[in-house]
Amino acid sequence: MWQWLTNVFRLGLKELNSLRADPVLILLIVYVFSFAVYSVATGAKLEVSNASVAYVDQDRSALTGRILGAILPPEFNPPQEISADEIESVMNSGKFVFVLSFPPSFEADVLNGLKPQVQLNVDATAMAQAGNGSVFLQQIIRAEVAKFVSGDDTATTLPIDLVVRTKFNPNLNSVWFSSVMQIINNITILSVLLTGAALIREREHGTIEHLLVMPVTPSEIMVAKIWANGLAIVVAAILSLWIVVQTVLEVPIAGSIPLFVSGAVLYLASVTGLGILLATFTTSMPQFGLLSLPVLVIMNLLSGSTTPMESMPVWLQNVMQLSPSTHFVAFSQAILYRGAGLDIVWPDMAVMVALGAVFFFIALKRFRVTMATVH
Amino acid sequence: MTPPPVASLSSVTHRYGETSALSDVTLDIPAGCMAGLIGPDGVGKSTLLALIAGVRKLQTGGATVLGGDITARDHLRACNHRIAYMPQGLGRNLYPTLSVYENLDFFGRLFGQSEAERRTRITNLLAATGLDPFPDRPAGKLSGGMKQKLSLCSALIHDPDLVILDEPTTGVDPLSRQQFWDLIDHIREERPAMSVIVATAYMEEAERFDWLAAMNAGEVISTGLPTEIRNAAGQPTLEKAFIAMLPEADRQGHRIVEVPPRQPVSGPPAIEAKGLTCHFGDFTAVDHVEFQIEPGEIFGFLGSNGCGKTTTMKMLTGLQKASEGKALLFGEALNPDDMATRQRVGYMSQAFSLYGELTVRQNLELHARLYQLPIETRAERVAQMLHDFDLAEDADKRPDGLPLGIRQRLQLAVAVIHAPEVLILDEPTSGVDPVARDGFWQHLIKLSRDEGVTIFVSTHFMNEAERCDRISLMHAGKVLAIGTPAELARSKGTDDLEEAFVGYLREAAGDAGGTASQRPATKLPERQQKPDRLFDIARLWAFARRESIEILRDPMRLAFAFLGPVILMLTFGYGISFDVQDLPFAVFDRDQSAESRELMESFSGSPYFAERPAAASVIELDARMKTSEFVVAVEVPPGFGKSLLRGDQPEVRVAVDGAMPFRAETTRGYLQGLAASYMSDQIERLYGHAFDPSAASVETRFRYNQAFKSVFAMIPSVIMLMLVLIPAMMAAMGVVREKETGSIANFRSTPVTRTEFILGKQLPYVVIAMLSFASLIIVSYGVFGVVVKGSVLALLVGTLLYVLATTGFGVLVSTFTRTQVAATFAAAVISIIPAVNFSGLLVPVSSLSGGGRLIGLAFPSSWYQQISVGTFTKGLGLPELWLNHAALAGFVALFIAVSVLALNKQEA
Repeated sequence: MWQWLTNVFRLGLKELNSLRADPVLILLIVYVFSFAVYSVATGAKLEVSNASVAYVDQDRSALTGRILGAILPPEFNPPQEISADEIESVMNSGKFVFVLSFPPSFEADVLNGLKPQVQLNVDATAMAQAGNGSVFLQQIIRAEVAKFVSGDDTATTLPIDLVVRTKFNPNLNSVWFSSVMQIINNITILSVLLTGAALIREREHGTIEHLLVMPVTPSEIMVAKIWANGLAIVVAAILSLWIVVQTVLEVPIAGSIPLFVSGAVLYLASVTGLGILLATFTTSMPQFGLLSLPVLVIMNLLSGSTTPMESMPVWLQNVMQLSPSTHFVAFSQAILYRGAGLDIVWPDMAVMVALGAVFFFIALKRFRVTMATVH
Repeated sequence: MTPPPVASLSSVTHRYGETSALSDVTLDIPAGCMAGLIGPDGVGKSTLLALIAGVRKLQTGGATVLGGDITARDHLRACNHRIAYMPQGLGRNLYPTLSVYENLDFFGRLFGQSEAERRTRITNLLAATGLDPFPDRPAGKLSGGMKQKLSLCSALIHDPDLVILDEPTTGVDPLSRQQFWDLIDHIREERPAMSVIVATAYMEEAERFDWLAAMNAGEVISTGLPTEIRNAAGQPTLEKAFIAMLPEADRQGHRIVEVPPRQPVSGPPAIEAKGLTCHFGDFTAVDHVEFQIEPGEIFGFLGSNGCGKTTTMKMLTGLQKASEGKALLFGEALNPDDMATRQRVGYMSQAFSLYGELTVRQNLELHARLYQLPIETRAERVAQMLHDFDLAEDADKRPDGLPLGIRQRLQLAVAVIHAPEVLILDEPTSGVDPVARDGFWQHLIKLSRDEGVTIFVSTHFMNEAERCDRISLMHAGKVLAIGTPAELARSKGTDDLEEAFVGYLREAAGDAGGTASQRPATKLPERQQKPDRLFDIARLWAFARRESIEILRDPMRLAFAFLGPVILMLTFGYGISFDVQDLPFAVFDRDQSAESRELMESFSGSPYFAERPAAASVIELDARMKTSEFVVAVEVPPGFGKSLLRGDQPEVRVAVDGAMPFRAETTRGYLQGLAASYMSDQIERLYGHAFDPSAASVETRFRYNQAFKSVFAMIPSVIMLMLVLIPAMMAAMGVVREKETGSIANFRSTPVTRTEFILGKQLPYVVIAMLSFASLIIVSYGVFGVVVKGSVLALLVGTLLYVLATTGFGVLVSTFTRTQVAATFAAAVISIIPAVNFSGLLVPVSSLSGGGRLIGLAFPSSWYQQISVGTFTKGLGLPELWLNHAALAGFVALFIAVSVLALNKQEA
């Protein structure tokens, strides 16, 4: 046992040495955990922002002016006027997502209690903005009309007062969400690629054969790769969480960082195990790339880090329970946003350990057979 | 009168970065004969040949080949028709998955030969080389000797005037080697005007050449007839003459290798193979091999590449499981999991297998630790190894930068650091220069004679085999004979080991005289003079056809091409959804009145919300929300019902989980709608008539997608993404693959033009992408129920232009990258960013600002997105979309033009 541990330690040090000597990989790790996290978090917003609005105003009254004046950035770009016969073509070309059209004598009809209709055309192929954007526009129109009619800026006459409070992210700032999820996705990508590539590189260079004739067991070689690459990634991820997410993007972290890190370590162990497993199915780097691309896309997109799990069909939700990424996303969201403790997240941790063990043992069984085979 | 030289070089210098491959070489190579370049690896032979063949660009100096300046474009094109070039490496210019016939057929097409002409020529060549029994065997499954014969056939298919062969016989068994040279002699008899230039590392072989140039360190050190060179150095063999001609510094430390006699040791054999067999599928790599190696013996293993030497050695180390039979070490069955045995064995594999990122000393230290040398003696042992193997000077350098000879010494030092009793060495001296080889053998002999180490070594070199105590001759998985070198030679009635080996090989092949070389070659048809066109559709087709066959035979790439997009479409279709529904909610009802229950019913009745068990306290509500059991928590205050009836505007608190902002935003919208409808219900009940609190209403029309479901918007976008990502990656890989495997040499040395090559490579991927598009349409309809509402023609034309552009983009990426990994990675990364972020997949293009908008416009995806979404969801046709088609056509032209310009016909 002692021998096993020292060998794992030695081989792991060698692994870190190889990593240190590869500037491209180092650069990739740094890029992925700094710039990539920052740009995705600040760039890819799913909330309504800069939505394009056009209008057809056949009334040209004070009321329509007030409504149009209330359509403001950052949610909306300033509305552009178009003529009625342009509606079709601007929507077909995707130039505008929303087109409002005010009927003639709109203001007069409002004042006379005739309840005129405003038409809101929505390009429903722009899913990210169409739904929430149209709700916002309806609210703006209702509020402006109510204020106009009552002459009172705080006019609401509703029988109940629905107080909606948003927990865990009160301002619904998407940076809070996407920055942390991006780190998680990057952990997945790097763990699989780094360990898989490390193994295939040794195989292509013939060094793996060399190790296998020495008094070193496959489990030592695998565990050494897991700890060394895992360590590099976890250090990079923690730095990224600390520097990019907490300091630069100013995202508050609700829960315990040590708990998150220990979960991340378990997760790394299981996905690096998966990387080795995938590597045992391929003989060259290009093949490994072709195999891991779909696996990584599935693991990241369907884990709940992009869209909520409950939006997926139930059968798919069940299948995705087999991916460690699903559990890690649930685990991280619980700790980082909701401030959950070990009592809440332990089942996810247990599943990650179990899945990791399965990957590891399948990989171990295949290791000797596939690694030394002449081809 | 002597004819003018076939090639003449004047002051040619060639550098690769810092290293100089050729320095100021001036050389005239005589025509109409067999001219040889001799010298070990890395002295510049290959560079010299590539320059003469015109596959490499001349840097400085001048070269006249076949009577013209090779740097002149027109003459180079003419030379492409008249020169045949066979690069170094076993079957390196062949396509391993193509059959023997298909390979030759491809080369015939490159030279514009008609179907009938090709058939005649191929039949003749196969008959002449003895390959005629296996026209359908894949080239990758041929033995080394057969590969080289096939390679030669492909070089001869167009009756070249000059044949350039770069180490054609390295790693080939002696019989095949002999047959190969006989074959060339035979062809030269038929076409006496043909010139042949050959490079070789085997000095014995060079004895039969008509003219020689000996090279060392980028310089020609001697030229002339073989006898002239030998006589000038006063040595009996070329190898010895070569060493004698080396400058003093290079010869330093060279001593004649002498093998003292071995003292027999008693005890069981150190290594014993009993009926050792290994199958790979239906191929038997090692077939019932038997031998015993005595302790302290140097046992040589002689045979060609691929004859089973390596596999046998791997079985003896436990790396490869034996299919049948037993391997014994010191009389005990080999147990690959027994760590104690591994301490007794040292192994050196064929390819260099040390860690390039560690220094020489660190490599030794790592191995000392892994072999568990005691801490007290570890440093001492490392120091001793550095001393014994003359590595002290280079101890702190990385092995990558060291000459091969030193690296091999380091490998040996690493293999013996734990003082093993048995040493297994797989071709340790391949490619090493003669001086370093002799030095290496001094070490082996010392280990064997002074330390009693049993050495099992494989080699190609006959002079090395002669130094072994005993050798075994191996061929096609079988051991042909075992004995001392002298015994083996005697039993075939000769004193030359090589001749004896050839004799054994003939015997094994069941043939006394040798078939192939004796076969009369039918006269080849006359070369047909055709006009040389700069664009020939037949050559383009040759590449397209070959690429298609290769993909069809590669299950990994085929699966990726066809399953990849479908799998990813399913993932994206399900994974990226903006439909928020079935939001779990729980309530803490402190009122428990009819009114509060009614409020809750309006929640549970909505398709957007799904009810979870009610909570009994605020604390419980909070705690359960933390576990993400539900995302909406409703708290109804006490006295809600009464105050509602009184019209007091009671407050209902709702907490929404904001961890996912998009979901939370949508949830808030739902809550507002729900509250409004609940209220109008209440008002209607209270006042008996419907009441609309608003003075104006908004009529929202969701256009193009009335059901407002994500799939109708996502699927066309996913098709856009799939048709850029996968075709670009595959096309990029397709071209760079040729660079990596070396078959790019066929593009450089044949008349195929850059445009033909690029379009020919691209065409199959366009077809694959269109087929994959069809499969995506089927999945869109079958799984997601998405149909094309607009013009199918506009969609088809747009898709064709789009995949032409995206495969063109892949080809473009491949002209700038060297490895398949880099090419696929670059193609994926560069295309994903504009396609995902700036083409309207997630954020509508109209919301993008300056930079993002421009990046989107500068890439085909944003234009195709309009066509895809337009025809699928918006029901549009060509009249509305033609501008996008025009833009895509522009990208096609641009990408292909830049690729053609960026691809160099000659290597730098």
